[in-house]
Amino acid sequence: MSKMISYEKKNTPVHKLSGFTKLIFFILWCLTSALTFDTRVLFTMIAIGVVIYIIADVKWQQVGGIFIAVMIFMVINLVCIFFFSPYEGCKIYGSRTDIVHLFGDYTLTKQQLFYELNVFVKYFAVLPSVFIFLVTTDPSELASSINGIGVPYTIAYALEITLRYIPDIQDEFHKIKNAQEARGIEMSSKGKLFDRIKNTAIIIFPLLFSTMERIGVVSNAMELRGFGKKKKRTWYSKKPLKAADIAVIAFSVGFFVLTMFITYMDGSRFYNPFI
Amino acid sequence: MVENAPIIEFSDVSFKYRAQQEPTLKNINLKIYPGEKILIAGQSGSGKSTLAHCLNALIPCSYTGDMSGTLRVCGEEPSKLGVFGMSRIVGTVLQDTDGQFIALTVAEDLAFALENDNIPQDQMFQKVDEVAQKLELMPFLSNAPGALSGGQKQRVSLGGVMACDVKVLLFDEPLANLDPATGKRTISLIDDILHNEDMTVVIIEHRLEDVLYKDVDRVILMDEGKIVADMHPDEILCSNLLIENGIREPLYISALKAAGCELTPQTHPQHIETMDIEPYKDEVKKWYHSAKFPASENSSETLLEVSHLKYCYDESRQVIDDVSFEIKKGEMISLVGKNGAGKSTLASLICGFNKPDEGVIKFNGEDMANLSIKERGERIGYVMQSPNQMISKPMIFEEVSLGLVSRGVPEDEIKERVNEILRICGLYPYRNWPVSALSFGQKKRVSIASILVMNPELIILDEPTAGQDYKHYTEIMEFVHEVRQKMPITILMITHDMHLMLEYTDRTLVLTDGKLLMNAAPAEVLTNNDVCDRAYLKRTSLYDLSLKCEIDNAGEFAARFIEDERRRR
Repeated sequence: MSKMISYEKKNTPVHKLSGFTKLIFFILWCLTSALTFDTRVLFTMIAIGVVIYIIADVKWQQVGGIFIAVMIFMVINLVCIFFFSPYEGCKIYGSRTDIVHLFGDYTLTKQQLFYELNVFVKYFAVLPSVFIFLVTTDPSELASSINGIGVPYTIAYALEITLRYIPDIQDEFHKIKNAQEARGIEMSSKGKLFDRIKNTAIIIFPLLFSTMERIGVVSNAMELRGFGKKKKRTWYSKKPLKAADIAVIAFSVGFFVLTMFITYMDGSRFYNPFI
Repeated sequence: MVENAPIIEFSDVSFKYRAQQEPTLKNINLKIYPGEKILIAGQSGSGKSTLAHCLNALIPCSYTGDMSGTLRVCGEEPSKLGVFGMSRIVGTVLQDTDGQFIALTVAEDLAFALENDNIPQDQMFQKVDEVAQKLELMPFLSNAPGALSGGQKQRVSLGGVMACDVKVLLFDEPLANLDPATGKRTISLIDDILHNEDMTVVIIEHRLEDVLYKDVDRVILMDEGKIVADMHPDEILCSNLLIENGIREPLYISALKAAGCELTPQTHPQHIETMDIEPYKDEVKKWYHSAKFPASENSSETLLEVSHLKYCYDESRQVIDDVSFEIKKGEMISLVGKNGAGKSTLASLICGFNKPDEGVIKFNGEDMANLSIKERGERIGYVMQSPNQMISKPMIFEEVSLGLVSRGVPEDEIKERVNEILRICGLYPYRNWPVSALSFGQKKRVSIASILVMNPELIILDEPTAGQDYKHYTEIMEFVHEVRQKMPITILMITHDMHLMLEYTDRTLVLTDGKLLMNAAPAEVLTNNDVCDRAYLKRTSLYDLSLKCEIDNAGEFAARFIEDERRRR
């Protein structure tokens, strides 16, 4: 079974890049999509994202679950936007073209549809890069990169160790769940939703206690081997920057500047096709 | 050796944990010299782990309390250097190799201490390769902890501390989680390191027989915070100090004593292989012929029938490969094999946690294929290794009744059944206590009681005594034994403990690489050289003893000795 959203070792150009490069790319990419509402920029980002997704050889099983969850969340989000602010698009684009009157004060307009499309596309522009970043970056390399951009190493290492123990805790969860199920606590889809939520607590407590026990052991083990002794630490897994890394970083910065220029050229974050 | 100054010197050291009334260490005086290999033995609560924590400065730096007297390690005082400072002198290998494995790959874990010491990357690469070569870890450098065997993990833990060029290696119960053969290899490895490097080794362990597989210079025996003996192993084995202080003697020593032999240090009883057995031979032979052979009583009714079971997680590896066996009603069966041999998988197939690819599991003649986990749970109870993995309610009564409540059993009946089980399990006086107030052994009882209350016909115990010393081991096993007398129950036990298998179980299933290698009486299994080698079991020392005494039927000798021990208990 392929574990969800976890690093998998492969030999693609994306995997070979240094974690530092990927982190820079990822931050700038997120920043771009957060700042811009320019439809052209967003669609370009999606196109680039899909290409990298293919190059990085990401498998659907690794990301599918999360993808579907985000989609469901997006649909709820879009419906809510419509109900709370049905004419947001008209305000932004300064015009109103009605499509169909729904009920009461709610009329569907072209501007609103276009605005919500943009919101939707924004998430789509970012999502592949999140997946790619997570499944192609070795967690310890990631930690070294985060430390590399100035975050204290204790925080960077905390992140690494979380990723290190997620599979262990997943295994433990399954073991405990099975044992409790054998005692007659219904966990399968046969049970009622409320009971299942209640019964989850029966797994969570033992899981919590056995995890706490483990934390005690691990923190002692880390201290015994000098973790936290010095202000700085080196990283075994840190990769030196290569030509490809420099190129990608240059591209990221260039792309960021260009998109910002295109976005704000006309003084508004929004690309307006209704003029 | 003795003319050197001691590398570790306790003078009149006492320590009391802040939360406790009584001191845990009382006036310890102990000298350990460079190059020595010391075994510190003692039952839980004897203070042996506290003593170890003084050496690596976890006491008093992480566990606070009152300390008096002076301790010097390499001329330094650990309490002044702190945990970090001491980590460069004393390398500690913890019992829990999973916990000690911090990083994501072998190489990074070996480098962990170096990283923290801010060593440049190129030097780090060099050092990691050097240590990995010594410990034969080169092929695994990029492996994750999940992809290693128990023995390999232990070697990584060892490498992780060796990378800092420490002077003293401190092993805190290194054998607790290992199968017997891997444990034996670990002891050999420690011995090699001691001879090749300039080190002093301190091992804390209560599995004495396994540690004594290689020479030890001195055994320090602790009880109630004091050192009760500081002797050469040959001497301590001849005395009765071990048994008196809750430590299990090597089996061949117990057998010799049972036969009425007066042991002397001159016969070098430390290893059965090199021991001079001549003076005791006749007595052992005489005893063998007079000892009773256990009468075997077997019910003929089959409870569980497993036939041609096959299972694999993915295409690459067959975890269970064509396994067939039967369990009769009322039997106590042990399931053994090395780490990763498929023991837990077999148990989870029986419980229905996983579905077999092929094969049939019948219970009382009924095919269980279509039963859910919950339905199987009414017939087969599964008790996990640690009670903390199972206990989810704060009060004992609630915890034990959980299974019945979720099955909608009427309240009166629940009360009656739970109270009855609590009486059987000796927990009735505690029924209104919070679980958190119980000791580990009592919690184990609670977790077994909460399964028994559902009246299963078969219970599966997953390593019931893992990590327990002899006293608690006996407590748990005697409890299981008692339950068996009071209730008609069949028990399947997964274990690494060869003693447990010999002493308490009627039959042993040996799994190796997913195949059932042997299905026979425990004494027969543990005296079969070929099976022991292939399944990573440790041949019992009773076998060697009987061979040396020219008794041809080693299996029968072992069986008679165990029967004799049972009678005397």
